[in-house]
Amino acid sequence: MSGQERGSAHAGPDTALAAYVLRLGDDALVASHRLAELAARGPQLEEDVALANTALDLLGQARSLLTYAGSLEERLTGVLRTEDDLAFLRGEDQFANCLLVELPNTDFAHTVARQLLFSAYQFELYSRLAGSADATLAGIAGKAVKEVAYHRDHAAGWTVRLGDGTEESSERMAAALEAAWPSTAELFASDPVFAAVAAAGLGADPPELRPAWEACVDGVLAEAGLARPEVPPVTGPAGRGGRQGVHTEAFGYLLAEMQHLHRSHPGALW
Amino acid sequence: MTDRGTATAAPENAPEQRRFEERIAADERIEPRDWMPDDYRRTLIRQIAQHAHSEIIGMQPEGNWITRAPSLRRKAVLIAKVQDEAGHGLYLYSAAETLGVAREELLDLLHQGRQRYSSIFNYPTVSWADVGAIGWLVDGAAITNQVPLCRCSYGPYARAMVRICKEESFHQRQGFDLLYTLARGTEAQRRMAQDSVDRWYWPSLMMFGPPDSESTHSEKSMAWNIKRFSNDELRQRFVDMIVPQAEALGLTLPDPDLAWNAERGHYDFGTPDWDEFMQVLKGNGPCNKQRIEHRRDAHREGAWVREAARAHAAKSRARSRTAAA
Repeated sequence: MSGQERGSAHAGPDTALAAYVLRLGDDALVASHRLAELAARGPQLEEDVALANTALDLLGQARSLLTYAGSLEERLTGVLRTEDDLAFLRGEDQFANCLLVELPNTDFAHTVARQLLFSAYQFELYSRLAGSADATLAGIAGKAVKEVAYHRDHAAGWTVRLGDGTEESSERMAAALEAAWPSTAELFASDPVFAAVAAAGLGADPPELRPAWEACVDGVLAEAGLARPEVPPVTGPAGRGGRQGVHTEAFGYLLAEMQHLHRSHPGALW
Repeated sequence: MTDRGTATAAPENAPEQRRFEERIAADERIEPRDWMPDDYRRTLIRQIAQHAHSEIIGMQPEGNWITRAPSLRRKAVLIAKVQDEAGHGLYLYSAAETLGVAREELLDLLHQGRQRYSSIFNYPTVSWADVGAIGWLVDGAAITNQVPLCRCSYGPYARAMVRICKEESFHQRQGFDLLYTLARGTEAQRRMAQDSVDRWYWPSLMMFGPPDSESTHSEKSMAWNIKRFSNDELRQRFVDMIVPQAEALGLTLPDPDLAWNAERGHYDFGTPDWDEFMQVLKGNGPCNKQRIEHRRDAHREGAWVREAARAHAAKSRARSRTAAA
């Protein structure tokens, strides 16, 4: 685990950018994996198509971002890690994704809540990154923002249907939002890595994304007849969370499943 | 099942019956609003529903490996493939609906065990190579069966099959490519690939159904231009296709009777274990119960979601009526 990934206070723009792109890649990778777990488990066939499609978009983003993170890292260390090296050969504490994306698919409402809150965040993020001074990152974000706009609309549509639908669906949707909400504070917390990429015009400083994200989410909740949950943010050990490699217990199982086959055949090509 | 009026071969239907037969003889397409015999409608509903059910049950054995796919590229390909299968299910249920039956009814029949799906999906996917073997052999057999269906006499089914076959041929290539990579990989990967082909070869031959001498539904379907070739003809076509492909893969097909027959211009091959086929068909395969329970669970767990969507739609309509008033 390198200092750059954790977010060293001395991060220069290059090391910060490598760590930053890795965070974005890990977010997309883990969000995609959670959706992919639902293959053939959707409440109706249309959702099997939609959830797989969203998983596929996110996996595509993850592959571009991890490949780019690997090449940025190579410039610093001289050692290249491919997208697969980064996905399959890092341990839990080396993943820098936010905690929100690793929350489990407890029921369809939990999946929808996670996807709404995350897609709305990714939309604001990629909208800004499309104008990044880093041409590669701007290119990836410019393509991804169009995909994420659909994900957000899809999750918003279901939030409204479930919130407005029946008593049961409304209760489930409210419970799911309450479960996911504490993990959203982390999306908007800054640290030296975020600050360095923002200062260099390469990335976005998370606190700046919050007002637009809140406006979007509040609008959806209002239409769904749901209240914004009043629950405090998750407090990690010494303020550490997903960005610093301290994850949920469920995340270890996710990685164990995802990495097992790849790790069982060291050096094999697939 | 809701029938759209009576269409028996009773005397009052004689002119329609004659017209229908003339159109079949001229190899024309029958469309949803056209008169058709009850039997023709029932046969198509049974076949299209079984095909649709096979697509959605088939998502399970491959979906089983999505979360463990060993590279991100393979993971993306596999998610896309399973998504295609859900899409095929949608086209096919829609094609069945043009015959006057609702998707919900067909799903109920599947869940109650009153309609079938392809028996091949009652075998387990126990290794990553099985994703390749399903693509190469199972999708390969499916294509062999389905390409002639693009010319099926019922228009909506034929048109759905054109699109499905394009995607299936892509699926078969990905399966071949996956096995090709394993066969040229480490010793463990090569063993994994061979073991998988050993397990899927015979079940894939069984996919064409029992020998012509024992096939129950074939005769009428052939007369109606729903089916164009017999089970045995299609099985032969499939074997002729996969033998050179197995050679290219460097993998062995587990059939000691496989040999080129110059006189016939075809490969001779062994007889599948039809007792095993009947047992799996009857529900005694390794995964019959698991597959159907998985389907029922997903459907039951989704009930409150579908109900909420209906309730919201009804409320929205009521609100817009109030607003308009």
